[in-house]
Amino acid sequence: MNFSNAFKDPVLCRGLLDRLRAETDAPLRFMEVCGTHTVAIFQSGLRPLLPEQVVHVSGPGCPVCVTHESEIAAYLELAERDKVIIATFGDLMRVPGPGGKTLKSAQAAGARIEVVYSPVDALSLAATHPQSTVVFLGIGFETTTPAVAATIKTADRQGLKNFQVLSFHKLVPPALGALLSDPDCAVDAFLLPGHVSTILGTAPYNFVAEQFHTPGVVAGFDPADILQALLLMVQMRRRGEYAITNQYSRAVSDNGNPKARSIMYEVFRPADALWRGIGTIPDSGLVFTDAYRQFDAMEQQELTLRDVPNTPGCRCGDVLKGKMQPDNCTLFAKACTPARPVGPCMVSTEGSCAAYFKYNIGS
Amino acid sequence: MTAETLLLDYGSGGRASQRLIAELFFKHFDNPYLTAMNDGAVLDIRGPVAMSTDSYTVDPLFFPGGDIGTLAVHGTVNDVAMMGARPAYLSCGFILEEGLPMETLERIVTSMGLAARESGVLIVTGDTKVVPRGCVDKIFINTTGVGEIIADPAPAGDKARPGDVILVSGTMGDHGLTILSHREGLSFATDVASDSAPLARMVERLTYETGSIHVLRDPTRGGLATTLNEIAAQSGMVFTIREEDIPVRESVRSGCSFLGLDPLYLANEGKLICILPADKAQQALEIMRQTQFGGDAAVIGQVLAPGDGPGKAGQVVMQTPLGGHRLLNMLEGEQLPRIC
Repeated sequence: MNFSNAFKDPVLCRGLLDRLRAETDAPLRFMEVCGTHTVAIFQSGLRPLLPEQVVHVSGPGCPVCVTHESEIAAYLELAERDKVIIATFGDLMRVPGPGGKTLKSAQAAGARIEVVYSPVDALSLAATHPQSTVVFLGIGFETTTPAVAATIKTADRQGLKNFQVLSFHKLVPPALGALLSDPDCAVDAFLLPGHVSTILGTAPYNFVAEQFHTPGVVAGFDPADILQALLLMVQMRRRGEYAITNQYSRAVSDNGNPKARSIMYEVFRPADALWRGIGTIPDSGLVFTDAYRQFDAMEQQELTLRDVPNTPGCRCGDVLKGKMQPDNCTLFAKACTPARPVGPCMVSTEGSCAAYFKYNIGS
Repeated sequence: MTAETLLLDYGSGGRASQRLIAELFFKHFDNPYLTAMNDGAVLDIRGPVAMSTDSYTVDPLFFPGGDIGTLAVHGTVNDVAMMGARPAYLSCGFILEEGLPMETLERIVTSMGLAARESGVLIVTGDTKVVPRGCVDKIFINTTGVGEIIADPAPAGDKARPGDVILVSGTMGDHGLTILSHREGLSFATDVASDSAPLARMVERLTYETGSIHVLRDPTRGGLATTLNEIAAQSGMVFTIREEDIPVRESVRSGCSFLGLDPLYLANEGKLICILPADKAQQALEIMRQTQFGGDAAVIGQVLAPGDGPGKAGQVVMQTPLGGHRLLNMLEGEQLPRIC
């Protein structure tokens, strides 16, 4: 069976849509917490087909979007230093920091910045540039962090002295807790991230159901996956059940990937972290364990997170919390476009503002 | 050629320049206009003339399916053809970096000669400059093309009309993905190749046989999505495109999915978009498919007046296989690989 096409099958999807329409008997406001879901929902043209009572809001699911202004300021400061080469995934290049500065503008002003596709590429860069320190910008969720941790272990084994990581990694479950603890939170169910869950499994989400009586479905990224997940949510809500269900069993095992987690927690440990628009969330970030502190760019480069004023007018924080649809922001598509983004949600291809701008036809 | 690498002398206008011209350019571009060795060429063209220019810089210089030389010929030939013209003559300016291996230059000039013959054009005048190391990246090429307009009226971006259909001459994204995947650091295996190809003959047949092409455009930088948006805006129409009808190679689709790229925003170098009245669609499709570089041609959508469906004037609306729709918007800057 060709899995890559089976879950896109229009006949299967139309059948699921019919069932969803038939079974939806109450409003369902669902939030996805993965940028890939955001894009998939728009790209497949699913949004205009959903029953009117099923409302889609985007959550803090794009790692670029939740990166705090202070963190952006820190890596921009680092980029300007002599003998530092920044290695980064491409999405960060255009994210504006204080004063509108970006990695792109820093690069144009002479900073050495390399876009890499994998943290391992940053390691090769360090090996070929022994006179400089290569700092990999560690921004991402549980999906990508184990690979960064494994790269650090490799650097350790190879005795590489000029490779460091700036760890602004974040963890998804604590962010869900923070959202749900907000009394204004109006989310009926979560579409849980398929990629992150390949590492985490389903257990770390159980508190969502147990403590907050909110159902969640771990789902894949094809239209049939998303539709089946919505159907499961509607059915759970109707029966008054609160559970975490795994729709994406072809990729996600209930126990996730224990080996990847153990590598991640050998190199990093949880610590409080700053989220854009949300603020500090306890134990929601990852910092270096003592055994690997020689790779910690924060410590080795003596960086600190400074207070950075909020960007005036930018409502990315409300968008990330699902309190506002992107096109209700006064800056949307006017002062803030993908070419001249004000906030990170407009920069990253997986940001909800960028997805709205790119895909939403508007009224 | 005896020298191993290119010296500044070769751009001096002296004997070294003469040797380069005689032993390399005359050999591969041979035609009486060029070998007359005058300051310029005297051309024989009747009727209105289309003219287009483009400069070529690409890294890597050589890639599966072509090189900077084929691009420099095909790119300009195609731009002239898209004006509803038969490209006839090219000029060619080289800016070369000191120290460029002569073998590299000869490879590029050889493929330019072949590409020109295949395209039915003559390279009739040229210029060569050699600049100190570091002032350019190996080789930059500028070509300007001229050709006689054969379409009456000539196609233009503002001529899409309600009821027209939109065709593409083949698969989308091949060139862009090839370049990206062969750039330094992107060492994953792919079997994609650039589609660099001349479209002049296809345009000639379409023009003479259908007699009524409204818009012709080659979706190069920015890809299909960007080019369609430009035409929709120029014409003040809404374009409706059916996603499942857009030809994309499976290898390109999966490569793009891996890298977080969208093939509809990737450059093509041997494909065209043709917009013409619906009653000519089948004929145009058959012509494309019979032509050398149009085997995968397809009808992908239609032109609507604003208000006749979802979308506003100047928008491109994509119908998804699910029966939903979404905007197919312009690209803002280059596509960048994503985090997850």
